[in-house]
Amino acid sequence: MTDDPGPSGGIGSPPSLVRPRSWSDSLRDFFAEEGATGTLVAVGSTVVVFVLLAWAVASSPNWPTIQGQFFNGEVIADSWPVVLRGFWVDVQMFLVAQVAILLLALLLAVMRSLRGPAFAPLRVLAILYIDFWRGIPLILAIALLGFGIPALDLPGVPNSQFFWGTSTLVLSYSAYTAEVYRAGIDSVPESQRASARSLGLSQWQSLRHAILPQAIRNVVPALLNGLVSLQKDVALVSVLGVREALREAEIITARTFNYSPYVVATILFLALSVPMVRYVDYYTARERARRSNVVT
Amino acid sequence: MSSPTAPTSTAAPGGLVLDDVHKAFGTKEVLRGIDLDVAPHEVVCLIGPSGCGKSTLLRCVDLLDRIDAGRILLDGTEISGRRVDVNAVRRRIGMVFQGYNLFPHLTCLDNVTLGARKAHGIPRRAAEETAMGLLVRFGLDDKAAAYPDQLSGGQQQRAAIVRALVTDPEMLLLDEITSALDPELVGEVLHVIRDLADGGMTMVLATHEMGFARDVASRVAFLHQGRVLEYGPPEQVLADPSQPRTREFLARVIDAGRL
Repeated sequence: MTDDPGPSGGIGSPPSLVRPRSWSDSLRDFFAEEGATGTLVAVGSTVVVFVLLAWAVASSPNWPTIQGQFFNGEVIADSWPVVLRGFWVDVQMFLVAQVAILLLALLLAVMRSLRGPAFAPLRVLAILYIDFWRGIPLILAIALLGFGIPALDLPGVPNSQFFWGTSTLVLSYSAYTAEVYRAGIDSVPESQRASARSLGLSQWQSLRHAILPQAIRNVVPALLNGLVSLQKDVALVSVLGVREALREAEIITARTFNYSPYVVATILFLALSVPMVRYVDYYTARERARRSNVVT
Repeated sequence: MSSPTAPTSTAAPGGLVLDDVHKAFGTKEVLRGIDLDVAPHEVVCLIGPSGCGKSTLLRCVDLLDRIDAGRILLDGTEISGRRVDVNAVRRRIGMVFQGYNLFPHLTCLDNVTLGARKAHGIPRRAAEETAMGLLVRFGLDDKAAAYPDQLSGGQQQRAAIVRALVTDPEMLLLDEITSALDPELVGEVLHVIRDLADGGMTMVLATHEMGFARDVASRVAFLHQGRVLEYGPPEQVLADPSQPRTREFLARVIDAGRL
C-alpha cells in the first residue's frame, strides 16, 4: 500500500491522474471505438434500433388499419404511374423556375447594391419588389396570379396555369434569393471594392469582376438550400389544378378514399430532395475544408 | 486627353497639389485644411501618429473619398470637382493598400492585368506581356499562375504594386504598405519602392518606416490632427524639426526603436 502512487499515497505525493477502470468505462470505450470495430458498432446499433422501432409500429393494434389506408399495395400499384407522371410536371416546373430565379434574383441584388443618386430609381424598384413578394404568402400569390390573370382572358397573355404557377414561384423565390445574393455581396470586404475602383474600374465592372465572383461563392450553400425548398414548394401549384404529383394523388384519393397515393407522392419528393440535401451538406463541408486549408 | 474641367494654372506645373482640403466623416473632422504639393518625380513620405489623416488624404487623392472643401489638382487639372470622371482620374493614378487587397478568386497574373484589360481596354495578350515584364522585374514571374492565398505577404504586396504599375500611372499612392507585413518581409517590399524611386516614379507614401523615409523621400510631410504641420527635406524634418509636435512624435518613434 505504501508504494501505491494513487490517491491513497503518502502525504505530499501528488494525486494519481489515473482513475481505476469500471465496467461502465469498458462499455463507453466499446461504443467510442473507431475503425472497423467502430463501423460494426455503428451499423449494428442502428439496425437494432430501427428493427425495434419497426416492430413497435407493426405490433401496434392499429397497424392493419394504418397499413390499409397508407400502404395499400393495390392502390399504390394503380396510382404509381399517374402520380409519377404528375411528378414529372413538378420536376419541369422546378427546373424552369430555378434558372429564372437565380438570374432574376442576381439582377435584383445588383440593382439594390448600386450606389450613387443616379441609381436611386433602380434601388427603390428592387426594394419595393422584394418587400412585396417577401411579404405575401406564396400560396396567396399563386392563387392571385394563377386564377386571376387567366380569368382576365387578355389577348396575347398566356392563360396556362402551369405558366402562371411557375411564374409566381419565380417572382416570390427571386425576392428571397435576391436577399441571399445581397448578403453575399455585403460579405465581401469594402477594401475589395476600393481596390477594384482604384484600378479605374467602373462600379459595374467592379461588381462583375471583383465583388460578385466572391459574393456568389460565399452564398452557394444558401442558394442550394433555397433550391431544395423550391423543389418542394412546386407542389403548391396544385391549388390551381395543375396535374402535378400532389394533384394527381388528391384525385385518386377522392375516388378511392385511400391515402396511399399521397405516400407515393411523398416517396417521390423524398427521392429528389434527400440527395439534394446530402449534396448541399457535402458541398458545404468541402468548401469549409478548402478554406481552412488555405489559412496558413 | 480631354480635361474634365478647364485647366487651372498652379505654381507647380505637373504633379499633385492639395489646396486647403477638408474631409469629415460625420462629425469627425479628419482633414482640416491640408496644403501639399508634390512635384513630378518626387517621393513624398507622409508621417504622423495614427489617425492624423494620412490614409484619408491618400484615399481622397484617389477619389475613393470625396472631399468636403478645398481643391485637388493633378497635372494642373482640378480632379476634386463634381463633374470629374472619377474612373478616368483613377486610371492615371496607381494605389497600393496596407492589406494588399488582391482579388482572392483571380490568379496573380489576372489580378495584375484586370485593370489594364477592363478599365484601359488593353487586349489580354498585350496586358499580360507588360505584366510578365514587371513580374520578372520584381521576382514574381514564377508566381504568375498562383492565387493570392498561395503567396507570402511580401509577395502579395509586390503583386499589388505590379497591379498598380501595369497601366503606367503618372503617380503611385502607397498607404502603409509594409504595416501588415512580418518584419522579415518588409525589406523586399521597400526594395521595390526604392527601385521605383530611382526610376523617377512620383510617389506619395504614408509610412511608419522612418529610416526608409529618411533614405528615399525627397520631402517628408508631418501630419498632425488633419493638418500638415511641417513639410521639408527629410534631413530637416526628421533630424531638425522646427515644430514641437514633430519633435514629440519623433522622440516617441526613436523610443520605440523605429528610427
